[in-house]
Amino acid sequence: MSDIAISVENISKRYLIGHQRGRREPYTALRDVIEREARNFLRKAIDLVHGKQIVQGDEVEEFWALKDVSFEVKEGEIVGIIGRNGAGKSTLLKILSRITEPTEGRARLRGRVGSLLEVGTGFHPELTGRENIYLNGAVLGMTGHDIRRKFDEIVAFAEVEKFLDTPVKQYSSGMYVRLAFAVAAHLEPEILVVDEVLAVGDTEFQRKCLGKMSQVSKTGRTVLFVSHNPMALRTLCTHGLVLRNGVARPKQDIISALAHYSSEHELRLARSWVRSEDRTSPVRFESIDIRLKGQQPKFSLECKCIIVWEETARPAMIDVDVVDPNFFAIMQAQPSYAAFIGGAPGSYQLDLNIELPPLVPGVYGLNFWIGPHNNETYDHIRNTINFEINESPIPGRTVPHYPDHGYIVPNSTAKVRRMQERDDNPCSHIATSLVQ
Amino acid sequence: MAQEIIIEAGRAEQHYWRDLWRYRELFRVLAWRDVAVRYKQTVIGATWALIRPFLTMVVFTVIFGKLANLPSDGTAPYAIMVFAGMLPWTFFSSALADASNSLVGNANLISKVYFPRAIVPMAAVGVAFVDFTINFMMLVALMIWYQFVPGWQIVLLPAFVALALLAGLGPGLWLTALNVKYRDVRYVIPFLVQLGLYASPVGYSSSIVPEQWRFLYSLNPVVGVIDGFRWCILGSQSPLYLPGFLLSIGVAAFFLWLGIRRFRKMEKSFADLI
Repeated sequence: MSDIAISVENISKRYLIGHQRGRREPYTALRDVIEREARNFLRKAIDLVHGKQIVQGDEVEEFWALKDVSFEVKEGEIVGIIGRNGAGKSTLLKILSRITEPTEGRARLRGRVGSLLEVGTGFHPELTGRENIYLNGAVLGMTGHDIRRKFDEIVAFAEVEKFLDTPVKQYSSGMYVRLAFAVAAHLEPEILVVDEVLAVGDTEFQRKCLGKMSQVSKTGRTVLFVSHNPMALRTLCTHGLVLRNGVARPKQDIISALAHYSSEHELRLARSWVRSEDRTSPVRFESIDIRLKGQQPKFSLECKCIIVWEETARPAMIDVDVVDPNFFAIMQAQPSYAAFIGGAPGSYQLDLNIELPPLVPGVYGLNFWIGPHNNETYDHIRNTINFEINESPIPGRTVPHYPDHGYIVPNSTAKVRRMQERDDNPCSHIATSLVQ
Repeated sequence: MAQEIIIEAGRAEQHYWRDLWRYRELFRVLAWRDVAVRYKQTVIGATWALIRPFLTMVVFTVIFGKLANLPSDGTAPYAIMVFAGMLPWTFFSSALADASNSLVGNANLISKVYFPRAIVPMAAVGVAFVDFTINFMMLVALMIWYQFVPGWQIVLLPAFVALALLAGLGPGLWLTALNVKYRDVRYVIPFLVQLGLYASPVGYSSSIVPEQWRFLYSLNPVVGVIDGFRWCILGSQSPLYLPGFLLSIGVAAFFLWLGIRRFRKMEKSFADLI
């Protein structure tokens, strides 16, 4: 097929990594140290004779960063590569941009490849902004002619006109990043490989970068794009490739790829929890069950907790945190500020009812805390229980909510009155939005 | 449409030399960067490029010419004889040393961008060449001072400059590739350069080497380079010892071949090891 821009067949990449054994079994005897060093020296000398690479450490292990990855990208497709840290994303980009060689497999690329794995590669702090534009441009593979032609555009994009002849070591980090991205954004290869470059700069600049990227993607160029920002992936990419521990899922459209990724990434839904390990704390949670009741926008959580007082201890109070998928607390429920439960030995059943505000769809976690005082903890159950909300709190909304806009949709109303100068009786109407 | 790139384990680059040519802009920029950065935030700036060789020349002239009373070539002033040797030596040794450290020094580029890796050591040699031209002007000044007129051989000088360049580049390519894998090389190079200074006829004329050792002595490629320089600059005062000179060229050519070969073999793994 002629419209295949990138075809990757069974690419694998192996690295050798070394482990330092000393960390695990601390030694004290000088004899052991000498013996260890002698053995290491011998191994390195043998490696040197065989022309092999030297690996620091006492044990050498093989590690497959990528294993049998195959996919095809058509011309003009924007493919997002999705995966956790260490899934092999960067290794894949490095292989495709010819920085490193695969251990096995092959890939074909049709057209010039421009890769942007880092913002400001080759920038030299002693050189001025102007000089660095030329330097960085040449490093990224632009010709002197290209750079001169785009120079003004680059400077305007980076907004550094005033400091063009100042050494970049005196730039603020924001200016530095802007300049670096501006150069890279004016590359014009047929295939563009981009790694997580939007994670830099302030929000305003990120938005500008995103705009530039989507502009680039509309010119029919083929782009491979790594990002952890789901919003960027969703707006820019047409397709997605999910990598996990060096193994790739078949390429799919970006929405399914993101869904696939988040279903793997996020916690399993668990509505109940029972203590499995022993805990010596005299006051502790034994089990927790939750139920989500009601419907949007008026959900409530019914929680049933079994709490044990092993021995007599001060009565306690309860806090429940609702956390987002990154384990950041969104809000805290506190049924009472005074200690209200327990004291005497025995098991207690606690029924809690938590009214939830209108939450956007997603998986939320619950953290349960018990203690006699704000700064004294009996027990804390974290990251074990969660619940999912499927519909939007806004009736009729099917467009996904982005976490960038928060998790809670507060009830709001709007009034509109049309102002008319000539009309003595201005007609007015009231629109009530959302839920009352 | 444009060319097709095939990436495969162990696959040799199809258009290695053409790619190298295509990246000549990067070569120029990298060499320019190193020159531009070198004397930033110094008080006397590029004057350092003149002072260092000048002082070395004075020291050598005093120690070898005056104290040790070694003979010059023919009637040429000892200072010019020394400088005509130091010029190619400084060029060769800085080309070798800078090229050897170049890849590790540019690790951030190697691990983040693709380009033909040989550009980096070549740019380092380019920087050494810039220094060489500055030093050469110094030689001209010296010749004017002594009112010394070179012979017709001076027109052949560019050939010997090229020889010095290639003699430095060959081992430089090999050492820089080795340096990526085994950082021990970094500690060996200053020692090699120090040794080479005395093993090469820099402070003295190679005519003081006994005749029976002369051929063996020329196994050092720098001997041929320096003798050639002296012959060009001092003319008939410093006759060229031809068999030794050819041997030096042969050795230099061998090292160049070896350097390119070893470099190309290791090139692909640089990003993983650096």
